Amino acid sequence: MKESGRKHGALSPCAACKLLRRRCAEDCVFAPYFPPDEPHKFASVHKVFGASNVNKMLQELPEHQRRDAVSSMVYEANARVRDPVYGCVGAISSLQQQIHSLQTQLAAAQAEVVHMRMRQFSSSSNAGGAMDMAVDQANMGESLWSC
Amino acid sequence: MASSSSYNSPCAACKFLRRKCMPGCIFAPYFPPEEPQKFANVHKIFGASNVTKLLNELLPHQREDAVNSLAYEAEARVRDPVYGCVGAISFLQRQVHRLQKELEAANADLIRYACNEVPTSLPAPPGASSIQSMVPRQRPVEYNRRMGNEGGYYQVPGMPMPYNLPWNDNPSGDTNGGGGGNM
Repeated sequence: MKESGRKHGALSPCAACKLLRRRCAEDCVFAPYFPPDEPHKFASVHKVFGASNVNKMLQELPEHQRRDAVSSMVYEANARVRDPVYGCVGAISSLQQQIHSLQTQLAAAQAEVVHMRMRQFSSSSNAGGAMDMAVDQANMGESLWSC
Repeated sequence: MASSSSYNSPCAACKFLRRKCMPGCIFAPYFPPEEPQKFANVHKIFGASNVTKLLNELLPHQREDAVNSLAYEAEARVRDPVYGCVGAISFLQRQVHRLQKELEAANADLIRYACNEVPTSLPAPPGASSIQSMVPRQRPVEYNRRMGNEGGYYQVPGMPMPYNLPWNDNPSGDTNGGGGGNM
């Protein structure tokens, strides 16, 4: 993991230390997650959260959770840079609205399915009865005329 | 919202930072003293100076919504230090996907019923396509692509929607009265 910050040579600082203009130590907490070839990744995280806050947050997590934590912070930071007012909360709101709309459409579609099913059921069960009624009416007509 | 400094009571931010709450304090309209946790969370996750910079870059009428969304994200991050509110996004995206599948299945049923009512010697009725257009397919919100897919999908096991958006619910003590409304 730590080697990922060193893949361009033993002296290549990670993106965080490059931006912060400091020496990238062997045990730099940022190095595994902010490689030097992705400077924009740390730039947005630093802008939104601040390097020391990110440092604190990562230090409070066990190592196996840090990669996901960094990924989610990068996602949030990018969302906030693109939308300074709502950030990724805008996405949550939009998804909630989409879910509501889909639920409404689904309810309507399922109601229509039930309706179609019942219609098909009733038309197939009454198919014989309708013929009988037509014959009866024809017979009635004959008897009327005969009266 | 009136500045709390007008009542000689420091806002929650200045109380937390142990400084004098001046008239025109940028935090005062959005961090009232009776909601100390709101600023505490925002300070822990984003830091006071980052929030100040962000608010200064926004127009005054946008700041309330910005603070509320920051407070929401900060609270989410405090509750879930690994995924924050991205966990909620992931959960909602899976819900959208599931609902779309169910809708497709219901649409397919409707088309089958519509086709079954027409004898096979006749051409397909216009009703089949109109049923399909009645419940148009919704595309999932493509936030992965728009946001550069930095996060992708996160495995959050069976998480119910834990957070209510302040401006989608009934106003509560820690929500603004004139919230952002529909986005």
